[in-house]
Amino acid sequence: MIRVLIPSGALGLGYDKVALARGIGAGPDLIAIDGGSTDSGPSYLGRGVSKYARAATKAEWKGLIEARAEAGVPLVIGTAGTCGTGSAVDWLYDITVEILTELGQTARIAVLKSDQPIARVREALATNRISPLPHAPHIDADLIGQCTHIVALAGAEQIAAALDTGADIVIAGRTTDTAIIAALPIQRGMHPGAAWHGAKIGECGALCATNPQSGVILVDVDEAGFTVTPLADGAHATPHTVSAHMLYENSDPFILYEPGGHLDVTGASYVALDDTRVRVEGSEWVPSDRYTVKLEGARVAGYQTILIAILRDPRYVASVQDWCDDIAVRHADRVAQRMGLGPQDYSLELRLVGQNATLGALEPRAGSAAEVGVMGIVTAQTQEQANDIGKLLNPFLLHHPLTQDEEQPTFAFPFSPAEIDRGPAWEFCLNHVMEMADPMEAFTLQVHDA
Amino acid sequence: MPEVGAIAEKVRSKNAGPFWATIDIFCGTAEAYERVSRGLTSDSVAAAFQMEVGDLKRFDIPGLRVVKFSLPRPAVQGTAGDRDMHGAGWGPMVAELVIP
Repeated sequence: MIRVLIPSGALGLGYDKVALARGIGAGPDLIAIDGGSTDSGPSYLGRGVSKYARAATKAEWKGLIEARAEAGVPLVIGTAGTCGTGSAVDWLYDITVEILTELGQTARIAVLKSDQPIARVREALATNRISPLPHAPHIDADLIGQCTHIVALAGAEQIAAALDTGADIVIAGRTTDTAIIAALPIQRGMHPGAAWHGAKIGECGALCATNPQSGVILVDVDEAGFTVTPLADGAHATPHTVSAHMLYENSDPFILYEPGGHLDVTGASYVALDDTRVRVEGSEWVPSDRYTVKLEGARVAGYQTILIAILRDPRYVASVQDWCDDIAVRHADRVAQRMGLGPQDYSLELRLVGQNATLGALEPRAGSAAEVGVMGIVTAQTQEQANDIGKLLNPFLLHHPLTQDEEQPTFAFPFSPAEIDRGPAWEFCLNHVMEMADPMEAFTLQVHDA
Repeated sequence: MPEVGAIAEKVRSKNAGPFWATIDIFCGTAEAYERVSRGLTSDSVAAAFQMEVGDLKRFDIPGLRVVKFSLPRPAVQGTAGDRDMHGAGWGPMVAELVIP
């Protein structure tokens, strides 16, 4: 049996320290935590930076490094620094060395990087080793070249290679959320279906249990199945909470694709061992013929400036769409006259907060609110252009009248200046897999004794 | 006719990666599951998303008393057309669909 201790769904979200101590006391074989996700959007991958504050990351990571020393087992983080680029891995490595120095500890650190050079991805595309996943955007060599970062999602093989270095701490770039948990049980000959399924259930920490924000859980994987045990006070796993977790952020609740195969949980049975622990058996790992890794890439799609005005006058609230349509026409004329730019050069959206800002054209409800926010979103080819186009929008949002003959109205601006430069607008542009002959060929592994 | 949200215990939506969205309807009771599973048609969900029903994946899971839909995101996460980075708003929209 291999016992994996998972402190929380992501480093930076916090964990229950009492429960973590309980987990250390239970004698784990590995401590594994996820460091990232695409869920916060393309900016983090585009820039190669973490979503979480350095201070929060350092405080939580320090607690895990101390726990690791106490337990005397490896500590693994996957998708370091939210996006798992080399820059984010280096950022966490520096924090790690700082912590070890402060604690007076030494450790062997394995650093796994998942960055993909543009030339490698272009070569793979040219030799038909890149395949689209469902609803992938069209790609070509030019678009690949526009990516500021491309990463491949490492699987169990690459994490196992990092563990094989004898590392005390593994800092991995982009990995699948599950690989950091599944790798050791698979390496030690446990049931592969149970290892992947247990990893999927455990990867969000206690989200698979009641008291989901408590974080800390144990996943025990053996030759036949796995057992999940939440460790915080008041946290209970039930067959329902555990099986329902397969729904979470999954487009298919029974199938999970990983490098080298897929997990099928159609035949899994979930049994309560007591009021806290759940036993799962019957999950199946189906190896694939080809070894593929998923790619993620982000590029700059433009530069944005936003403005926010809030309309409180009931007559304007009632007519806000007409008001915006009129502004859009007049503003476009002014941008053409003053800047010589047309619709091919930039876009302006006037989004109505309080009406349909979340759902847009899908919003079926109409109702009158006390106020409505108008968020002007300018996307242009440079930040300077976006800012100038925003400046040309400013007087309209401040004073535009519904009719010519009324007194000039004024609307609420929450900020001065009204124009807020957002910087680059990033886009994910890859939803593809890359075929490889050897799992390590697209990854680099380095070992440092710090 | 009642809204789905009045029958089900919880309706949530979330990204399933940057390119897909997923909506989970937790019905709670077996009776509620029967009503939602039978009453909420794939056509009505596709119509709400203004999409082809052929692109909608549907899972009726009696063991969990869950009806789940997955679909290509109306706009890829984070693109200019995307209004909802984490896909939070579609759950309430589906919760407001009416069923017999």
